[in-house]
Amino acid sequence: MALLEVNNVSKVFGGLSAVTNVKMKIEKGELAGLIGPNGAGKTTLFNLLTGVYPTTEGDILFDGENLAGRKPSAINRLGLARTFQNIRLFGNLTVLDNVRIAYHSHVKYGLASAILRAGGFYQEEESMAQKAEELLKIFNLDHKKKEIAKSLPYGEQRRLEIVRALASKPKFLLLDEPAAGMNPQETAELMQLIQEIREKFDLTILLIEHDMSLVMGCCQRIYVLEYGRIIAQGVPEEIKSNPKVIEAYLGEEVSYA
Amino acid sequence: MKRLLSKKNLAILLGILLLYGVIQTLISLGILRTFHQVNLITICISVIMAVSLNLITGFTGQFTLGHAGFMAVGAYFSAVMTVKWGVFFPVSIFSGAVLAAVFGVLIGLPTLRLKGDYLAIATLGFGEVIRVVLLNTKYVGGAAGLFGIPRLVNWTWVFFAAVITVVVIRNLLWSSYGRACISIREDEVAAELMGIDITHYKVLAFSVGAFFAGLGGGIYAHYFYGLQPGTFGFMKSIDYLVMVVLGGMGSITGSILAAVVLTLINVVLQQFSAIRMILYALLLIVIMIFRPQGLMGSKEASLELFRKMGRRSGNGSLGSK
Amino acid sequence: MEQFYVFLQQLINGVSLGSIYALIALGYTMVYGIIKLINFAHGDIYMMGAFIAYFSVSYFHLGFLSALLVSMAACTILGVLIERIAYKPLRGATRIAALITAIGMSFFLEYVMVFFVGAQSRAFPNVLPALRIEFFGGKVFITGKELLIYGVTLFLVVLLQFIVRKTKTGKAMRAVAFDREAAMLMGINIDYTISATFALGSALAGAAGVLVGVYYSAVNPLMGMTPGLKAFVAAVLGGIGIIPGAALGGMLMGLIETFVIAYGQSTYRDAVAFAILILILLIKPSGILGSNVREKI
Repeated sequence: MALLEVNNVSKVFGGLSAVTNVKMKIEKGELAGLIGPNGAGKTTLFNLLTGVYPTTEGDILFDGENLAGRKPSAINRLGLARTFQNIRLFGNLTVLDNVRIAYHSHVKYGLASAILRAGGFYQEEESMAQKAEELLKIFNLDHKKKEIAKSLPYGEQRRLEIVRALASKPKFLLLDEPAAGMNPQETAELMQLIQEIREKFDLTILLIEHDMSLVMGCCQRIYVLEYGRIIAQGVPEEIKSNPKVIEAYLGEEVSYA
Repeated sequence: MKRLLSKKNLAILLGILLLYGVIQTLISLGILRTFHQVNLITICISVIMAVSLNLITGFTGQFTLGHAGFMAVGAYFSAVMTVKWGVFFPVSIFSGAVLAAVFGVLIGLPTLRLKGDYLAIATLGFGEVIRVVLLNTKYVGGAAGLFGIPRLVNWTWVFFAAVITVVVIRNLLWSSYGRACISIREDEVAAELMGIDITHYKVLAFSVGAFFAGLGGGIYAHYFYGLQPGTFGFMKSIDYLVMVVLGGMGSITGSILAAVVLTLINVVLQQFSAIRMILYALLLIVIMIFRPQGLMGSKEASLELFRKMGRRSGNGSLGSK
Repeated sequence: MEQFYVFLQQLINGVSLGSIYALIALGYTMVYGIIKLINFAHGDIYMMGAFIAYFSVSYFHLGFLSALLVSMAACTILGVLIERIAYKPLRGATRIAALITAIGMSFFLEYVMVFFVGAQSRAFPNVLPALRIEFFGGKVFITGKELLIYGVTLFLVVLLQFIVRKTKTGKAMRAVAFDREAAMLMGINIDYTISATFALGSALAGAAGVLVGVYYSAVNPLMGMTPGLKAFVAAVLGGIGIIPGAALGGMLMGLIETFVIAYGQSTYRDAVAFAILILILLIKPSGILGSNVREKI
């Protein structure tokens, strides 16, 4: 059984179809890519998967559970975490706090223990901080744990978003343009890191990316979205030679010229 | 246990007991007269109200203008229990606080999906509705007020009620649960997507804040002999909001400082009763223009902060201190 | 039939009160639309308007129209001064800090007036010839004061719509309210536009003050508090930031209040207004004429 199954999902905003009849099946352990021109509905699809918007039609099965009617927080606790295209960190808090907040669903002490400072409160707090630091270390952010999130450089903020998503202990990670605004070297390093965490945490990943070469280089399976519809899917080789995809992308280039 | 009884916590405990002891001694010796005691009690009630409002508005980011409404619930209910039903007064005060918390949940559940100013205006409406209902309820004296409540609390009761309020709210905030609340202030959408059930934590902050506002009301009722609906109007909510903003949104020590400072300023201004409110108004405007983040910003006063005074430093981490 | 006459009479009274709320609510909604500030001092500008008219009539023996114009002009200046002195320095600060400043400004105006003229009510001299038009054999009547309120309000609302829709400044206001940064990039003078908004809103509040003075024949320094609050509620009710919404919300507020006093208990009037507000917010948080805005993620 696939880890994530999207069955004929559509989303209409006041008469405007943002996503139409999308079908996807992502197997456990896969690293999949979602590409498409601007405004194709990629982020909307992510918002549907994470419960930000309810679907107009169709349903989404994650790990055998239907996600319909669940709050985004409940979906996250099922094991689906994401990052944001426009960075949404907890700006005024420290790097460490950003990560610890995502760990909250797994906290082992109760509210009463917190207020009374009893029932293993201190041990749990220490272990949380330690785990958060370990995660930060992977992304080379541990030496900045006491800094305020919004004061970090752009690339580090993007990496912190990934760390924060990982802290919620997901099975499935959705990355919305993780390399946006990074230079080629930073991008290459990031892709290397994404591969590493996938193995280390046994993750399944779906990422949105604009950089075609990057997606072709690392994703095992690619979905192409245009005007809210999946126009092609398959392994990178198939996508590269698909005439519809070439047209969609050429069209975009022309419009930019 | 070792960490709970750390040097720092012991020093704070000692400081609290010392403060209590000194003032209690001064009261016993008759140096602090009734006039001073009334002001001390007012300060403590203000601390309770401002810190509990800061939990809702400063830390969780839910802008409310109805805090005095919760205070009214606690004050009236506890007074009715003590005076009319003959209940032992600590039980009355506690019950009043619980009822205020219940109101917090009942009002919070539907209204907390409103954002920003809409929530503010809805809570303002709630506060006004409570006031008008009290005004029209004969059982609690209506517009004339509810009088004949014996003065059953003294400095000791009120001081420790304030200490408990501060400790509980601080411990709540400096924990994973508190960080969940603060994440809502920072970015509601991101918090929800990181697994924080934002409705749950908003209602938590709202009900805990309401509980302590009810406690403040109960203490008020059992110290000042009588209650009038007008006391708990919209202006009262504003008074406490001013304390929170002046002290610094998201700073507990700031709220305490502002509660003390503003109460004392009010005492000093009593001498110029004719222009008291004019001076108070000018003070508000001037402070906000020159220090809009409040006295403390979102920092906490601590020995560490004093040491750091010289050089620039970031916000303290919300650790498990 | 008696029932129907009572209803009609209350309708006439309700529209008068609603007109006054509408005039105040318009200023609230315009200021909120442009700088997202609940301008608590707005109700006190209305009070100042009433007092200026009171002094113009009592000491300078001006007629109604001249008093109205003097009042509106003075309130315009006052509104702009308040914005420049107290609100402008806080434009970059948090909204709650700006709100506290507005509250401070409100106290300041109220208690400066208490200091100079005392807290007691003063009788507003009668400036209009007694006029009373009766219907159904005197069972329903409308007074000259009420006709005046309707006329002035209607004229000002139409004038405001014209200014906001057709003039350059009005278009600039809408642009700044919609997207301040984009407006700035288009070369719109933000400071001027915000001042113009305060000027217009304050002039309307001043007019409302004069009308209330004439209608209830009394003025006092704290008269602005409750109507100010209710006018803001009215603005939210109609959909804040939307000019026709404020007029509609104000009108509804006045009608509801009048009918509650007539058919229910007058002591509950404030509670009912707020209870209805809470209900509306729960059903349609963006107000009657507002549209839901989806946040981009």
